Amino acid sequence: MSIKLIKDHPILDFGHEEKKMVTFTFDNKEMKGFEDDPIAAALHANGIQVYRITPKTERPRGFFCAIGKCSSCFMIVDGVPNVRTCVTPLKAGMKVETQKGRGVLKSEEGEER
Amino acid sequence: MQTTEILVIGGGPAGLSAALEAASLGADVTVLDSDLKLGGQLIKQTHKFFGSKAEYAGTRGFEIANFLFDEIEKYKTLGKLKVFTNTTATGYYKEDGVVSYMVGEEKYGRIKPQKLVFATGAQERLIPFVNNDMPGVYGAGAIQTLMNVYGIVPGEKVLMIGAGNIGLIVSYQLMQAGIKIAGIVEAMPKIGGYWVHAAKIRRLGVPIYLQHTIKEALGNNVVEGAVIQEVNNCFQPVGDPMEVECDTICLAVGLTPTCELLWSAGCEMKFVPQLCGYVARRDPMMRTSHPDIWVAGDAAGIEEASAAMVEGRIAGLSAVASLNHVSQETFYDRSAEYHQRLENLRAGEVGEKIRSGLSCVCCKQWG
Ligand SMILES: Cc1cc2nc3c(=O)[nH]c(=O)nc-3n(C[C@H](O)[C@H](O)[C@H](O)COP(=O)(O)OP(=O)(O)OC[C@H]3O[C@@H](n4cnc5c(N)ncnc54)[C@H](O)[C@@H]3O)c2cc1C
Repeated sequence: MSIKLIKDHPILDFGHEEKKMVTFTFDNKEMKGFEDDPIAAALHANGIQVYRITPKTERPRGFFCAIGKCSSCFMIVDGVPNVRTCVTPLKAGMKVETQKGRGVLKSEEGEER
Repeated sequence: MQTTEILVIGGGPAGLSAALEAASLGADVTVLDSDLKLGGQLIKQTHKFFGSKAEYAGTRGFEIANFLFDEIEKYKTLGKLKVFTNTTATGYYKEDGVVSYMVGEEKYGRIKPQKLVFATGAQERLIPFVNNDMPGVYGAGAIQTLMNVYGIVPGEKVLMIGAGNIGLIVSYQLMQAGIKIAGIVEAMPKIGGYWVHAAKIRRLGVPIYLQHTIKEALGNNVVEGAVIQEVNNCFQPVGDPMEVECDTICLAVGLTPTCELLWSAGCEMKFVPQLCGYVARRDPMMRTSHPDIWVAGDAAGIEEASAAMVEGRIAGLSAVASLNHVSQETFYDRSAEYHQRLENLRAGEVGEKIRSGLSCVCCKQWG
């Protein structure tokens, strides 16, 4: 899939050419994004909009405030749940997953909840 | 534990101005910002600012941010200023005045400042409608972040909710980025923003639906359309619901001050509709009822970046003065200049709402 970037802008120069493109996975699918862009932005550029499924009503949630305040974009990143993907920088090889429900801390794995 | 003379929470225009003022007076300053980049909302503004020369009129918002960054670099090199991004202040502990923070998502730390400036900005408001939590319904700030900071297409066709300045400006910015606007929906009978912004949009043929509201976002997992409907003067729906084709719904229905930390610090708070929510009571130097805590910018009441920067200067000056680092002469000179600039910014009809809001929360002096 192609990455949806703004090409010609009358005022801004995003410097996309100089940025470093890295590979990461989303639910085990390989994707590309710019290193150190927020994970949520990189996913959006790849056409991914559903980032988690809420615990009780199982509703899809995605990007919303982009300033780390609203918890809509929580995902599992490298095994860590509830990561605010709008303010977490993308790194090469990151494993990003849709979060279903509340998320489980590594230290709690196997415990009864 | 880490210590600092002045801790500034929030690195938007208000916080950076407070930090620069304090550093220019020789104080040792630390800035924390939760975002990956400094500059808050200012780095997303591509239009030219209004006002006077002293407030960078005619300069684009992100360029003003660049001026601030250059100065920040200068004081960083001098060793007077430390700046930490991707670092979120998570708590203020009244007992000992310690601030806890989080670096990224999993590292925690504590810092004990002597004086604190809260410049945490604002949060987007949400309005109720069916499926308002669906992916594709985004805040105006988030849309700006995607397109103006990272150059990513937020959607193909956007329905804008709100015809205040933010709704109008972001609609125009979307069109500059080559994105279609399905329309602008506004519940009031007239446009809230400045006519210059509205005129630009009108010229480009975008429909503005006055006295309309959004009823529902359509779609399965993501937005595939919207339903809007006319409302009467009491905001009751009238007439037939209408379907609008869009894949993104942008909410520009207002901001509210981010003030959780001020509450936990026990600052006296007051609900002031003109300032868009709960704000801290303060004296003319932006000092709250807590003698070690100052506020500045949108966190002190929703206004705009020019006033936020001057308020930051005032807060920084006063915080350093409380440490006895400032000569009386410098203090009075700078304070007089900054208050004059604020008065100019808030003069006339446009400043009326702010002035009446401030009259509810400003006290002459803490007794
Ligand atoms: C579309 C739009 C157009 C605008 N146009 C204009 C204009 O033409 N002229 C004008 O003067 N103004 C304009 N503004 C308003 C202006 O951008 C804001 O008023 C200004 O940015 C407020 O500055 P601030 O520093 O108070 O807050 P912000 O810019 O919101 O910055 C707050 C900072 O605090 C950080 N933060 C928050 N909580 C924490 C925490 N717990 N720990 C660490 N960091 C934290 C945030 O990450 C952020 O960087 C516009 C705004 C918008 C959205």
